Amino acid sequence: MKNYFRLGLLIFLTPVLLWLVLLIVIPHIELLLMSLKGTDDYGNPAWTFSHYATFFNEKIYWYTFVRTAVYALATTFLTFLVTFPVAFYITKIVSKKFTGFLTILLLMPFWVSELVRVYGWMILLRESGVINHILISLGIINTPIEMLYNDVTMMMGLVYTSMLFMAVPLISSLEGMDDSLIEAAHDLGASPPTIFFKIIIPYASHGITSGAIVVFMLALGNYLTPTLMGGKNSLWFTEQIYNEFIASFNWNQGAAFGFLLLLLSSFIIWAGLKLTRQELGRALS
Amino acid sequence: MIRTLPQSGLYKIAFRFYVVLFYIFLFAPLIITCLLAFNDSSFPALPWKGFSLDWFLANGPDRVGLFHDRSNLSSIVVSAQTAFWVSLFSVVVGTMGAFLFEQEDFPGKQGLYFLALTPLVIPGVILGISILLTANSLGIYFEDNFGLDVPFLRPSFWLVVLGQFSFITTFVLLVVSARLKKFDRSLEEAALNLGASRFEVIRYITLPFLRPALIGSGAVAFLMSFENFNTTLFLVGSETTLPINLYLQVRDGSTPIINAVSFLLIVSTSTIALINLLLSNRKS
Repeated sequence: MKNYFRLGLLIFLTPVLLWLVLLIVIPHIELLLMSLKGTDDYGNPAWTFSHYATFFNEKIYWYTFVRTAVYALATTFLTFLVTFPVAFYITKIVSKKFTGFLTILLLMPFWVSELVRVYGWMILLRESGVINHILISLGIINTPIEMLYNDVTMMMGLVYTSMLFMAVPLISSLEGMDDSLIEAAHDLGASPPTIFFKIIIPYASHGITSGAIVVFMLALGNYLTPTLMGGKNSLWFTEQIYNEFIASFNWNQGAAFGFLLLLLSSFIIWAGLKLTRQELGRALS
Repeated sequence: MIRTLPQSGLYKIAFRFYVVLFYIFLFAPLIITCLLAFNDSSFPALPWKGFSLDWFLANGPDRVGLFHDRSNLSSIVVSAQTAFWVSLFSVVVGTMGAFLFEQEDFPGKQGLYFLALTPLVIPGVILGISILLTANSLGIYFEDNFGLDVPFLRPSFWLVVLGQFSFITTFVLLVVSARLKKFDRSLEEAALNLGASRFEVIRYITLPFLRPALIGSGAVAFLMSFENFNTTLFLVGSETTLPINLYLQVRDGSTPIINAVSFLLIVSTSTIALINLLLSNRKS
């Protein structure tokens, strides 16, 4: 009997170890090593911090880095603001027979590729786009306005592409909440803001944390939305990585940027978990 | 506040207004994209010039519809093949991982579980470049030491499959684990007592119980792979997947053929998603 179990362990453990060691651990060590490789004054291979020095010395690089971090945090916060009322409406206000339908309707657009969704916004917003056409035919404006390629549009695009990952955990945590908690507070004379901040938000905090982690990570690592909706001025850090890899073919510099981005995302997620006193395993499952 | 409590009229109306706006915001880009696939115009823009199937069916000389556009058609095939292999591998390994973490005990289990979750919080771009770097270094190593040229270590079909597999497996692992947690282990013990081997138990008792989770996570894995962009971007070779191919077209100016592809994508993915949802609702 014992033998079977050890054999079982081995059979389950081997593919999982292969997956994690070969595709997760080794590649990230390689990323770190590549970022530290360079050439010395004579052109021989050597270990060096020069790629990190470049990052700190060139203003444009760390400016983009900070900008990306701030915008990704802002995206996370805005996504929460936009989706929370909808999640609350679906789970607590609308008559129960519509809950399932509205939830499915909410999920549908996110099964479609992000590229298609961004493309849809481009058709709507660009200078020759649908919204401009409608505004002009209604006589509201005379000349078309370019609504793409600015920060506001880019943020809207990022919020749009991330909403699902906030909505799903919010809906599932609010669904698990017993309505009588709110009723009791109401009967005892609590005002709506008190109920909201003292009961609903603490109860949903688990869902908020897991949603926020995923949204932040996706916004930080997004490439499509900033390049297509933000255009040349978007200055998103993943574009710098892409440029180093594909355009300049400077893989060591690109690896350094990649490693910095990885550090940033790990740090912010770690800090978020610490602040809300949660563990990664619990927040993600 | 909530449905069981008295609500003021303004509160109700304002809330409903907001939710309606939200759903318009949600669907506007998709609906417009679909509509303009049928516009009889050379640009994906208004004004409406009449209904036309040109962007699906036309075969030159002015317009080439989707069904005659070799580059888009072949990228759809590449994406489907990629998604097939990714979902197959990730369901197999993810399920093994679920058994490992739910039913086995070994030193370092917590640490390994934590490691298995990390792909969810690593940005896709980083996964892409680190796998690219590793594959490239391995390729150079084989070439220098053994004079071997290993084609799949260069950006290629199988490298894309590996890159997507590396994080999609975690999703499968989470979905299957959640189902396995609900499994009543006394069923297994009964079978073991009756003389079944460990693998007979898994084959005839545990796997049938897991079937909905396996099908569901397989479908999700397929869709995630089919539409993945970030990781694929760095690993793709000459066989471009659909999202990469569409990106290149959108970046360099657009024709309604992109709308036609999008229309098909929207219709087919929402059908798969709906079937998946209905099946999982019926099962639970």
